[in-house]
Amino acid sequence: MSVTEKQSVAEIKARNKELIAEVLKVYPEKTAKRRAKHLNVHENGKSDCGVKSNIKSIPGVMTIRGCAYAGSKGVVWGPIKDMIHISHGPVGCGQYSWAARRNYYIGTTGIDTFVTMQFTSDFQEKDIVFGGDKKLAKIMDEIQDLFPLNNGITVQSECPIGLIGDDIEAVSKVKSKEYDGKTIVPVRCEGFRGVSQSLGHHIANDAIRDWVFDKIPADAAPRFEPSDYDVAIIGDYNIGGDAWSSRILLEEMGLRVIAQWSGDGSLAELEATPKAKLNVLHCYRSMNYISRHMEEKYNIPWCEYNFFGPSKIAESLRKIASFFDDKIKEGAERVIAKYQPLMDAVIAKYRPRLEGKTVMLFVGGLRPRHVIGAYEDLGMEVVGTGYEFGHNDDYQRTAQHYVKDGTLIYDDVTGYEFEKFVEKVQPDLVGSGIKEKYVFQKMGVPFRQMHSWDYSGPYHGYDGFAIFARDMDMAINSPVWKMAKAPWKQAPKPLLQAAE
Amino acid sequence: MTQSAEHVLDHFELFRGPEYQQMLANKKKMFENPRDPAEVERIREWAKTPEYREKNFAREALTVNPAKACQPLGAVFVAVGFEGTMPFVHGSQGCVAYYRSHLSRHFKEPSSCVSSSMTEDAAVFGGLNNMIDGLANTYSMYKPKMIAVSTTCMAEVIGDDLNAFIKTSKEKGSVPAEYDVPFAHTPAFVGSHVTGYDNALKGIIEHFWDGKAGTAPKLERVPNEKINFIGGFDGYTVGNLREIKRIFKTMGIDYTILGDNENVFDTPTDGEFRMYAGGTTLEDAANAIHAKATISMQEYCTEKTLPMIGNHGQEVVAFNHPVGVTGTDAFIMALSRITGKEIPEEIALERGRLVDAIADSSAHIHGKKFAIYGDPDLCLGLAAFLLELGAEPTHVLATNGNKHWAEKVQAVFDSSPFGKNCHVYPGKDLWHMRSLLFTEPVDFLIGNTYGKYLERDTGTPLIRIGFPIFDRHHKHRYPVWGYQGGLNVLVTILDKIFDEIDRNTNVPAKSDYSFDIIR
Repeated sequence: MSVTEKQSVAEIKARNKELIAEVLKVYPEKTAKRRAKHLNVHENGKSDCGVKSNIKSIPGVMTIRGCAYAGSKGVVWGPIKDMIHISHGPVGCGQYSWAARRNYYIGTTGIDTFVTMQFTSDFQEKDIVFGGDKKLAKIMDEIQDLFPLNNGITVQSECPIGLIGDDIEAVSKVKSKEYDGKTIVPVRCEGFRGVSQSLGHHIANDAIRDWVFDKIPADAAPRFEPSDYDVAIIGDYNIGGDAWSSRILLEEMGLRVIAQWSGDGSLAELEATPKAKLNVLHCYRSMNYISRHMEEKYNIPWCEYNFFGPSKIAESLRKIASFFDDKIKEGAERVIAKYQPLMDAVIAKYRPRLEGKTVMLFVGGLRPRHVIGAYEDLGMEVVGTGYEFGHNDDYQRTAQHYVKDGTLIYDDVTGYEFEKFVEKVQPDLVGSGIKEKYVFQKMGVPFRQMHSWDYSGPYHGYDGFAIFARDMDMAINSPVWKMAKAPWKQAPKPLLQAAE
Repeated sequence: MTQSAEHVLDHFELFRGPEYQQMLANKKKMFENPRDPAEVERIREWAKTPEYREKNFAREALTVNPAKACQPLGAVFVAVGFEGTMPFVHGSQGCVAYYRSHLSRHFKEPSSCVSSSMTEDAAVFGGLNNMIDGLANTYSMYKPKMIAVSTTCMAEVIGDDLNAFIKTSKEKGSVPAEYDVPFAHTPAFVGSHVTGYDNALKGIIEHFWDGKAGTAPKLERVPNEKINFIGGFDGYTVGNLREIKRIFKTMGIDYTILGDNENVFDTPTDGEFRMYAGGTTLEDAANAIHAKATISMQEYCTEKTLPMIGNHGQEVVAFNHPVGVTGTDAFIMALSRITGKEIPEEIALERGRLVDAIADSSAHIHGKKFAIYGDPDLCLGLAAFLLELGAEPTHVLATNGNKHWAEKVQAVFDSSPFGKNCHVYPGKDLWHMRSLLFTEPVDFLIGNTYGKYLERDTGTPLIRIGFPIFDRHHKHRYPVWGYQGGLNVLVTILDKIFDEIDRNTNVPAKSDYSFDIIR
């Protein structure tokens, strides 16, 4: 059982409200007013979580958010493996985003695949003064020369590019023509645009629409014979192999995955996607834009799914199957049945060790809601959650399908708030990112990185759930947490307990 | 099904299962439009050739896998070395997320830093309002003793003036008028993280010594017997500063470490999160003006700071990240000369023990060829140490090294017969290094975590020394400075050499006659 006493929902709500009031006290008045709109206690039956979102972060607080460049290069484009992504601008952005999202792929790095490399124009002062377009053109020539098997190039703009007015579109067009129509994609994902990485996702999606889809002649034949069961995985970044442990289930139920976005993805797969019969969308936040576009332009329906934990996986497989005929529906049942014994064994092993444990989350994309089901499959309870860069539609989905009455909700949480919340709520586990990890571990609270799965994964799919369950167990039940307080500093135990 | 509850398979095993292998092969064949394997092989071989190397070195515009980061990272690194100090980066917020992640991944520690979160409107109208609100928020929320401001490239391109902005913010009441807000302009398109370290440290020291941006009288130097010590940007800052303090204590030296971030990157797990831990007190930072001398362990991290300090009347001495016997000798003797303290026997014993270790083991290193890359000073320190071990630092490369640095490395080569066929590569990146390793192979590569891609490509065993090291744990807790640190470096190198010998001799009935138990 959890360390905290079992409290009634009313008590929890009262405590959480008090907690919010308390953290707001430290801010200057203007800031407190603004932050108050981002913190709430969830009320059952509400259509959303009652917080404002996708609004500028407040200067001078420790926001966990990134930038548009991170959203485009780090999330959407970076994992496309056979293209070279130029971090265009100064050296830092590319250096810090170098391979750190663990987007797994198969290929010969440096020859026909390039994900774990850092290509940069390494802007110097003169490039700022005179502009970087000529340098960019030259960089593309050098790429062609040294990496002849690249299947395309993208230009990921860093802050200075937009500020100094470089025309990366013109350079891309000229060079594409020069290299026989090679796909070259300028992406205006300067870090100052928007309020978080979220705008970068949108910009990157639009770039795919304008510079990949729109360049394909309408009558171009697909590279493969189309079938009635062709689907595309959208919004899976293959962190630790997530997309693979997802793909295998779709294929086992009889579907054919013609494209993966964007983990282990290739340009050919991007190009093939408009031929899909259904787009299955995992990370709604980062790729709903392109899914909606394909729906409008190519009449491809899309459906969200959740591959965390057996309950949601089964639900999602059935939902996906409902777009197809009986063969696929039977396939879904067959897959669910096939993995049931594995799931039963995993839950039998780990649930007794995790039952009743509480979790607080703060992540990006879909995870602040999607992983809740997986925790519940293990008998755990998510008592607080929030999005780094969610929009209102994310909070709607969270309220309507995931969170319980009384859950503490915190949008774009500041380092200060998160620390105070965890201190007071005393969850058994915190799931967030690397910047938060060590803060909570120092406090003696078990932690898992829920962006990158630490060094672990996959967490998606049935195979991934076994790893997820094991990881949560090893985080929470590690002997280390019992050693955090020196024995001579611990409060004397009550006599009754000592007598046991 | 490969996965099981009894023995949960991790990604590295899971995807080797036949069903995944089949799936991945099918994906590739059907949907990836893959290149012809023969063509991939041909290009792979071509990329190893001298011809490719020539093309590669002819690059003028493209940088591939650079071994450097940008200025503000260095500014954040140095700022947290002052008591209760919050680094405040003026610019777009994504940068700060990156610095914090980068430092946390290396040290496995929290990294606190705030941003003024500038967006489009700030790009148009300037970031003054972000500064005014930001300083007020940081001050009230995180209650720092000092806020150290630096910039990102965005703030620099639009030309925000930190001095004026901070003044205005104080007038508007963001922080009290006498509150310490030192600042430094740290454009990401000039220099690298070591430049940022230099600029930020200079900004902080100048703030205290030169009248706090016109709000206080300048300090008058009244010389005393203390010395100042500056470590520079250093991935081993935790172990190194601890070792340096021990040496100072052993010698009885009264010192001030400027930018003492030892404790903040090594806080205990005891139930409490310490946002601020240790650090140079603000009083000590001010009083450092009176010191007899300032010693910098890294010349290229203090190119501007040291002359500024020198102009205040102190002696200044710079080293190049000394590693090993000769480097440490020079450091210890300089300490002794400057402070007038005798070198205690205890230190002579430590020296003797390092020499003893080298005598025991150098036969395994003698004549071996090494490639080194990293920050300019670290490269110099390591190259000198390898030469004294009788090894050849064949390729020495620093993406953030300049011509002056290259001359200095050449001088190190020239000081030893083992440096005869060694070459220095300023301003080159790790893709250049790849060509070097293929065309002029060496026995071992020394560098940071990113070197693992070179190890995989070229088969050159990687010895991890440098920053960042993400994929091995706790290296930063062990010093590389001092005789004790030299011993750590020696052992790190030897471990890899012995591992390689064992790996190369363990094939049963083939090479295992040399699979010796005594090395």
